[in-house]
Amino acid sequence: MVQILEKTALGLYCRIGDFFVDPQQPVERAVISHAHSDHARWGCRHYLSSREGEQLLRMRLSSDAEFQFLDYGKSISIHGVRISFHPAGHILGSSQVRLEYHGRIEVVSGDYKLEHDATCTPWEPVACHRLVTESTFGLPVYRWESQAEVFASINHWWQECRDAGKCSVLYGYAVGKSQRLLAGLDATIGNIFTHGAVEKGVAAYRRSGVQLPPTRHVGEVTGRSDWRGAMILAVPSAHGTPWLRKFGAIESAMASGWMAIRGARRRRSVDRGFVLSDHVDWPSLLTAVKACDPEEVWVTHGYAAVVARYLQEQGRNAISIDSNTRSEEEDEIASEIVGSEVEAVGSSAETDSTETSTALDVDALDQDIARPEAVEQSNGESSA
Amino acid sequence: MIRFARLYHAIDATTKTSGKLSAMEAYFAEASFSDAAWAIYFLAGNKPRQLVPTKCLRQWAAQEADIAAWLCDEAYHAVGDLAETISLVVPSGVDAQSKTLTEWLDQRLLPLRGKTEEQQRADVSDIWRETSPATRLVVMKLMTGAFRVGVSKRLATRAIANCWNIPADGVAHRLMGNWLPTADFFEQLIASETGDTTISQPYPFCLAHPIEVDSDPEQLGAVDEYAAEWKWDEIRGQLIRRADQTFIWSRGEELMERRWPEIETAAERLPNGTVLDGEILATESDGRVLPFAQLQRRIGRKTVGKKLLKEVPVVFHAFDLLELSGQDLRSLPWEKRRQELDALLDRVVQPQLQRTELLNANSWNEWRLLRAASREHNAEGLMIKRRSAPYDVGRSRGTWWKWKIAPYTIDAVLIYAQKGHGKRASLFTDYTFAVWDAGQLVPFAKAYSGLADAEIRQVDRFVRQHTQESFGPVRSVTPTLVMELAFEGLQRSTRHKSGIATRFPRIVRWRHDKLAQDANTLQELLALLPVE
Repeated sequence: MVQILEKTALGLYCRIGDFFVDPQQPVERAVISHAHSDHARWGCRHYLSSREGEQLLRMRLSSDAEFQFLDYGKSISIHGVRISFHPAGHILGSSQVRLEYHGRIEVVSGDYKLEHDATCTPWEPVACHRLVTESTFGLPVYRWESQAEVFASINHWWQECRDAGKCSVLYGYAVGKSQRLLAGLDATIGNIFTHGAVEKGVAAYRRSGVQLPPTRHVGEVTGRSDWRGAMILAVPSAHGTPWLRKFGAIESAMASGWMAIRGARRRRSVDRGFVLSDHVDWPSLLTAVKACDPEEVWVTHGYAAVVARYLQEQGRNAISIDSNTRSEEEDEIASEIVGSEVEAVGSSAETDSTETSTALDVDALDQDIARPEAVEQSNGESSA
Repeated sequence: MIRFARLYHAIDATTKTSGKLSAMEAYFAEASFSDAAWAIYFLAGNKPRQLVPTKCLRQWAAQEADIAAWLCDEAYHAVGDLAETISLVVPSGVDAQSKTLTEWLDQRLLPLRGKTEEQQRADVSDIWRETSPATRLVVMKLMTGAFRVGVSKRLATRAIANCWNIPADGVAHRLMGNWLPTADFFEQLIASETGDTTISQPYPFCLAHPIEVDSDPEQLGAVDEYAAEWKWDEIRGQLIRRADQTFIWSRGEELMERRWPEIETAAERLPNGTVLDGEILATESDGRVLPFAQLQRRIGRKTVGKKLLKEVPVVFHAFDLLELSGQDLRSLPWEKRRQELDALLDRVVQPQLQRTELLNANSWNEWRLLRAASREHNAEGLMIKRRSAPYDVGRSRGTWWKWKIAPYTIDAVLIYAQKGHGKRASLFTDYTFAVWDAGQLVPFAKAYSGLADAEIRQVDRFVRQHTQESFGPVRSVTPTLVMELAFEGLQRSTRHKSGIATRFPRIVRWRHDKLAQDANTLQELLALLPVE
């Protein structure tokens, strides 16, 4: 059977239809899974994406490109390849891209989660011959609590901050996470304000018809104001900046799947970390693969090698198609709102790799040169 | 136990010192004395001897989680902490019983040591079944001895002092040395009257602040307000002679028994009720100090053979007198303590008990010149002490200063990276550096510290994008990044390909201006070796 997708330096490419799915660089024709900038890159001539994500995509990309939007489940044909979009549950308008050609079906999941999300259409399984899945949180340490519990803790934390006369600042990615957080907040606790970047995302969600609690943009509030008891939804890059000063005494928290690991949370130096992710965790990744039951799995974006190896051991035909693991920071950049400016994401020039790589004697080094602090301990090194 | 776990999470849930302090105070106020004793034991950074081999814990966790060992290892590398990995991968249990912290330790944790592997396996499984992830994290941290929650011993000490309204310095003193975490101990700890010092108990060490390499020591004040000594690369020690017994404590509060027999023998001549602060140094017979590499041969050996005793003789260089005739002298000014020290060592003449040389100067410039000649003496700079200052607890500002010479530096290429631990979990933060040798990059040092957080994230991204090969947790990367490394000294080593081992290597700065081929060579590194 003929293969529909192939892996190229620019991303997944369909030769028959001559288009890319989520290309890494500007191309002629791009099929886009969702509006985060590591999937929807600026500079393509023609974009095809889901109707639900129209407002978000238009907000992010240059208006002189051609756009075409399809309702979930509807299809169009390009050189005989039938393309349709199916909800991925990641953020508003996020899709799994289904490609069908002469009876063969390949699905690119984009980013996705299985748990229901009040701000977008929920994921549904799509049977296919080949599934391309993300693996951002593809390790057995990532198991999400139900969002009901997470939102209960967030609201409880807000209430405690309010009762202590403090202002709560909750960090989340500007597009997707912030709106999901907003939908889960109990607006009876206090007033909700937004950081500028979050506000743009909220506006696009509202234009798309998503019902959200009332918010006010922080920038609109002029003069001195009493922020005690308020909730500020902000982007993580606002943490530790002078922008926060006006709020007086604050408690800060971050909501992200990365917060499951204590080290990642402490690195943020926020007071609280709430584990709330828009990606599949370990169990739901496995559930999704089972539900789609493909003959072959391509694993990308994250712990690809780990997930591929695990699936192989489970008897599945799985390979990792990308060697770069994902980092917290890239997620954050991908979710920032930058309008139509060119973004420098992962653009550092590939350097010549013909240098000789020396044999690994890291272990020998380890034995001899202990960590500085460890040496200091064992020597009882001086006062000095 | 649940309460103690809650304390852990309360401390962990705030980045503010005041929040941590009040969480601890609230715990101590409610806890029984025996629980409080265990709590301060762990908060102060003590740990029991290994209860269960960590290799076993990893294996069992993989089995309980029903995943392969390699997958459990991958998880561990991403999390960077074994206790946390276990709390995340092993299916969640339910907090079954409300045993106290003491009961947990006495009945469930401490007895693990010495049991058979099968019995340990069964007990550990029970523990996992009977703990929620939050409680389990804390229990496993106690078990793996990696109880670090961002609280210093000093802060924990303050919490106790605040809670019972007693002076923190007294509490700090009673927490020195070896003690058993019991209710009796805790009662002693918070008792108001003093004089309960056990004979082996050391005093908290006074620590020095650095004078930055480029800064001006003149701003500390007039030169005659200070005294100066060589700063050696040595082992700090407190020498105690009480009740006809000798105790030598390291700065890490480890009792160094039978490690320095020649010093112990000499100390027998000291009168009872004497406590000296000083340093252990390897010296030539003429008193010249040997390089640290020599002293290192004796470090870590529990017993010292005759040959080594002969090749690397050590002396105790006293620089302070903390107790004389059983009287605590710490509140006296340095000058007075030094006079008493001199008088004491004039009476007790032992070749292995020396006093530090005071470096006289009439101006800061004279000291500056002496400091510049430090390496010729195998010293690493000067210690500057305020003559009128008492012997302070910890690193209090303005008492002692260390004025080090600039370290050696070299530009090296980052060739391997590994993920860090704790706060740096899942980030590539542990780097191996290489220098050029005949067109090849030869690894010579690992460095972990020195970059700013933003730089660490940049390097992390670089590593992810430029991985050439993975060897378990280690990635080899395209040799591109050049960093300036600093280190205090270097010595020949047959264990390294480069033939060199550096002391305290760390990153000074990222040389964005340099290409890999601009890094230094092995020949340039070897040229820094001291003349032998």
